[in-house]
Amino acid sequence: MENHEESHVTSYALNAKVLLVLLSLTVLTILVIKLHLGAFTVAMALFIASIKTTIVLTYFMHLKFEKPILRVMVGGIFALFAIIIVITFIDYYFR
Amino acid sequence: MNNPSPTAPLNYLNHKTGLWSWMTATDHKRIGLLYLYSITTFFLAAAVLGLLMKIEKVAPGETIMTAQTYNAMFSLHGIIMIFIVVIPGLAAVFGNICLPIMIGAKDVAFPKLNLFSYYVYITGAILGLYSQFANGHSPDAGWTFYVPYSAEVNSNIILALMAAFTLGFASILTGLNFIVTIHRMRAPGMTWFRMPLFPWSLYATAWIQLLATPVVGITLLMVVAERTLHVGFFDPKLGGDPVLYQHLFWIYSHPAVYVMILPAMGVVTEIFPTFSQKPVFGYLPIVFSSLAIALVGYFVWGHHMYTSGMSIESRWFFSFLTFIVAIPSAIKVFNWLSTMYGGSVDLKPPLLYAISFIFLFTIGGFTGLILGAVATDVQVHNTDFVVAHFHYIIFGGMGFGFFAAMHYWYPKIYGRMYNIRWANIAWGFLFTGFNFLYFPMFIMGIQGMPRRYYDYDPQFQMGQTISTIGAVILFIGLIGMISNLVYHVRRGAIAPANPWHGVTLEWQIPSPPPHENFDDIPVITRGPYVFDNPHTK
Repeated sequence: MENHEESHVTSYALNAKVLLVLLSLTVLTILVIKLHLGAFTVAMALFIASIKTTIVLTYFMHLKFEKPILRVMVGGIFALFAIIIVITFIDYYFR
Repeated sequence: MNNPSPTAPLNYLNHKTGLWSWMTATDHKRIGLLYLYSITTFFLAAAVLGLLMKIEKVAPGETIMTAQTYNAMFSLHGIIMIFIVVIPGLAAVFGNICLPIMIGAKDVAFPKLNLFSYYVYITGAILGLYSQFANGHSPDAGWTFYVPYSAEVNSNIILALMAAFTLGFASILTGLNFIVTIHRMRAPGMTWFRMPLFPWSLYATAWIQLLATPVVGITLLMVVAERTLHVGFFDPKLGGDPVLYQHLFWIYSHPAVYVMILPAMGVVTEIFPTFSQKPVFGYLPIVFSSLAIALVGYFVWGHHMYTSGMSIESRWFFSFLTFIVAIPSAIKVFNWLSTMYGGSVDLKPPLLYAISFIFLFTIGGFTGLILGAVATDVQVHNTDFVVAHFHYIIFGGMGFGFFAAMHYWYPKIYGRMYNIRWANIAWGFLFTGFNFLYFPMFIMGIQGMPRRYYDYDPQFQMGQTISTIGAVILFIGLIGMISNLVYHVRRGAIAPANPWHGVTLEWQIPSPPPHENFDDIPVITRGPYVFDNPHTK
């Protein structure tokens, strides 16, 4: 039903820019520890990691060039994962 | 394996013969049969363990086994039944056999991966069995492996955890295969909403298998890391939190209940229209209720943990969501009953099992509400009430759904018919035995009988004895049902292509189906449950 094949090649320049952004976010993850956010330190680290994951999925894994349904499916999976993490941490926050 | 006479037309059972052809089979139907035979073997072994546990409890005090043996028995019974039988169960057997045919495909998307996942499954199963006997120890931490006990006790826990981890991989691979198959291999014209409802239920199930199973895989590895490397995840002595283990374990294991029950719901959804000879009532609500169960089922895991020291806010939050998940289940029950209403009901064995499914699943569902409400759950937590509820859902639901599927697709799978009268009698034993076995456990649970105890106070004597008698009746029914099916694989009357007058695609091809199902891929022009075929009543 859904046979659909296309290939995309991303430029070296774009890949280099993405790499730079990822490295910057890694540095930011380390710097955030010094802000002493208490219980939210882990949340902030996870938030930055989520941005990095999104970038990797979008550019390195070519989600940007796929059909919308695939993007929705991947987005849905991450939303599900995020909700599960949040629900688990609700317990820890109120305990 | 089945070898029809040399004059029989070529089909998936006889197009190649010999043990090697089965061991290397990539035909989805053969792989489904490999799962069927493996799962049935393990099921019978675990059922015998269950029977022995019940015999132990026929009278107070030690009767046929010690307390430690009883602990090992309920752990082994649980591990085999949950991880080796009911989680793969319907999806691996009937999903494999029927899914490609029902969507008009020649096979699953990745046939070799399908065979590989079977071998991963067998490896996990053998590892699980080995863990029960290696070094003279048996794991006695139950099928839930709760820490800190499972992180400290010296009884082959790591082996059992690795078995569960391996079995999880097989489940993930099957789920992935089914998702891709349904997305990419539906016949021309089979839009999403022209797809039969059993494939829909498999689709919802596959997403749970794919997304939830890795969580328990990682969790079990964390317990292994804690035991071997002393990393403090869950053990308070190492700075860990036991409640975190319960969170992670149930994040998978509650959705896993839907991995067990959703395909069974799909099976009975196929059976009701066929044996009522009318279209399914509420196709779209059934589709969306399957998806809703799969989705909301992810967020209710905390109802297993009301007494574990979780925050009060989390408790009411999980309680609320648990009540929400009852709605799509109730929608399905309403639709099944409405499908039969006004239909030409033909009370053959598959329908008997399907109606039993509704009856038993509904009792399991309603008692689930008692467990879903925080206040009442605290009263019956860790009692026989929970065991009874669980078995009404899993055995009464998935088990009877599995039996329904077996009796429904048996003539298609083997091209032979079992003895209907024999099947009806076996059903009578099974249904009666089931209720005698498990219903007293509701009452004893409310009266305070703890689960997992090998002994009890004299006040529970009558309930325990009735329950044991029920177990014996149930076991007789099981033997009767299986012997009927096994005996008629070779000796049964030749079954026509469409003995039940069904309208989905599997009934439009010969019995047994040819190797690649269809000579020409069918073009679908209408919905799956249109009963205007001249071959139907």
